[in-house]
Amino acid sequence: MSDFWNQGGYGFYVWWSYGISAVAIAALIGWALASWRNAQARFNALSSTDEETP
Amino acid sequence: MNFLHEYGHPKRFMDLSGALLPWIATSAAVLLALGLYLGFNTPPDYQQGDTVRIMFIHVPAAWVAMMAYGIMAVASIFSLVNRHPLADIAARAAAPIGATFTALGLITGSLWGRPMWGAWWVWDGRLTSFLLLLLIYLAYMALNDAIENEIRAARAAAIFAIVGAVNLPIIEFSVQWWTTLHQGESILRKDGPAIAAVFLWPLFIMAVGYTLLFFSLWLVRIRTEIVNRRARSVLGVRAS
Repeated sequence: MSDFWNQGGYGFYVWWSYGISAVAIAALIGWALASWRNAQARFNALSSTDEETP
Repeated sequence: MNFLHEYGHPKRFMDLSGALLPWIATSAAVLLALGLYLGFNTPPDYQQGDTVRIMFIHVPAAWVAMMAYGIMAVASIFSLVNRHPLADIAARAAAPIGATFTALGLITGSLWGRPMWGAWWVWDGRLTSFLLLLLIYLAYMALNDAIENEIRAARAAAIFAIVGAVNLPIIEFSVQWWTTLHQGESILRKDGPAIAAVFLWPLFIMAVGYTLLFFSLWLVRIRTEIVNRRARSVLGVRAS
């Protein structure tokens, strides 16, 4: 297991690369999904008030 | 061109993208998981040692960064020539995703360069032109946000994106035109890839996974912008 984390002595470079990539990709996915939910909620709220208007 | 008009209608686009999105996103997740598994089960490279694993995320990030810009430039041409609103949305949606992958390409490249070259950064043709790509992405997004009128912003940003596309062949051929520390072409070569199959497979699978991840995020961003514009048009109708 320690060999896996050590990565032949290059663990620092390998894990920082994978860590930063994972965090950036997770942030991109989170941001895209949050924007989508917000946009949908806003549109639904506007549409529902539209229907209530006589 | 008929294809653009047929599926470029926002309603049809929403239906089609809504049906495709789960498949593309699931395929991306499966391929990325498989690529990571294979990547961490390859033997160390005889020269690079275990830093070869950084290549499995560095090369796909760089590839997606350039592909995203290419898509943005083509969408910008359609936006200018056909005045198609979906083309403008598609171009804008690709920019933040492309910029993130460009930053990842630069960061992971730097983390590979330090142990292999002995330097975090060198001002060679490939690295400098790739840094320029990030700056072009940032300038494109800033330009889009700086102009209040949506149509004017779209036109200015489209022209900027098309002019900026000149950097793509510079990035691609920089390793042939100039003497660079960055290695030359090692995959798409006339006499076949210069990489052993044991490294080529995880690299290929990760590249396809990153590409599908880009398309998933891109479709979500386009769909979000379409819904935002619908909301703005509802508000506009009310105001009038």
